[in-house]
Amino acid sequence: MNRFLEVVRRDLRLALRQGSDSVMVVTFFVLTVVLFPFGIGPEANVLERVSAGVLMVTALLASMLSLDRLFQADYEDGSLELLVLTPAPLGMVVAAKMLAHWLTTGLPLMVAAPVLAVLLHMHEDGFLTLLAAMALGTPVLSLVGGIGAALVLGARRGGVLLSLLILPLYVPVLIFGVGAIDAAVQGMSAKPHLLILSAMLAAALVLAPWASAAALRQALE
Amino acid sequence: MVRAMSDSTFSAKNLACVRGGRVVFAGLGFSLATGGALVLLGPNGSGKSSLLRVLAGLLKPAHGLLAWDGQPVAEDPEAHAARTHYLGHHDAVKPVLSVAENLRFWAHLHDPHAERAGRAVDAALSRFGLARLASIPGKMLSAGQKRRTNLARLLAAPSPLWLLDEPTTALDKASIKVLEDVLAEHRAAGGMVVLSTHADIHMPGAAELHLDRFSVAEEFDEPAALAGGSEVAR
Repeated sequence: MNRFLEVVRRDLRLALRQGSDSVMVVTFFVLTVVLFPFGIGPEANVLERVSAGVLMVTALLASMLSLDRLFQADYEDGSLELLVLTPAPLGMVVAAKMLAHWLTTGLPLMVAAPVLAVLLHMHEDGFLTLLAAMALGTPVLSLVGGIGAALVLGARRGGVLLSLLILPLYVPVLIFGVGAIDAAVQGMSAKPHLLILSAMLAAALVLAPWASAAALRQALE
Repeated sequence: MVRAMSDSTFSAKNLACVRGGRVVFAGLGFSLATGGALVLLGPNGSGKSSLLRVLAGLLKPAHGLLAWDGQPVAEDPEAHAARTHYLGHHDAVKPVLSVAENLRFWAHLHDPHAERAGRAVDAALSRFGLARLASIPGKMLSAGQKRRTNLARLLAAPSPLWLLDEPTTALDKASIKVLEDVLAEHRAAGGMVVLSTHADIHMPGAAELHLDRFSVAEEFDEPAALAGGSEVAR
């Protein structure tokens, strides 16, 4: 457990000192969402109709922006070899890195989302559900994205390859995230959607660190 | 050194390594006892780095067995990681963390006992002449200083087995002398060292392993070469 926290602390410190990643992700999120009213016109009812989808899709793209750095920097400077060789299960080290990634990208996205929801005239009944869907969905993005990041390690143009690999896997999160918000806005219960999102998170929590660890070992061979 | 290490042996039997479809070496074996040292020699591409990666557990050998005290290493990779320090081509120094922070992270990861690790980090820094640089961020360091930071990792958390891939790269003469002293103390305390080098490094009583003797002629097909064991030669 100490080692887990040590890795989280180190990655947070690195992200904080380098600064650019978190800021870039949130800026991308805000700018892209702000583009939509320009693109589809300022009519409140149109914006309200698409708000849930726009927010979820954009958040998903934004969280992917920083994914290729998740292991790449450590891979390039040799830290990854040493992380693999620490006397702790590699899955635990990987989970710590994913948690740090979520704290520096998913969490800021979650904080920014309600503000942008106001901008898109989302019905206020959807706000809480939006937060809940983001809270359950963004960790899945970091976890599943981590598998992709580990798989494309060392590949040229890994960033593009990563998008091709990972975007299809994000579809369920998108469907149930948007479904939850739409249900809430229409006065129905969002609970089933949120429960399925929770199930995805639970599955990803168990499987993703293990799968990425296997991919990382492969990358270092 | 920090503590005396108990009697152990680290041995390899009939190791073979295949990289990119080519047999790099085959039929390689050695045995290392407490306080022992092994110097890997051979031209570029003869498999020194590959062998060290195999010994560290980063690479799976295509054939053969690695054992610690008779127990196969592959059965418990975490225990092997706990007793091993691997030093590769890259220095693993984060540009935005200070020298002390870099070192402390690796020390804590290796030895979760925070206070003991903290003291060992300070000692390791001064040993390699880095005490003055402790608060300097990694990006300001020269190649030699980065290498020394990486070497200080060996002392910051104790481990009996050191696997060093050309540790003298970028080091000046004075630092090589320090490294030689550190290696001698490590061995005196019961540690083991396997290192590859092209430079002259003074290691009294170290065994030498010439990797070109274990290379396999190209015309051998792979299974035959692997089965051939130690008799395979050019």
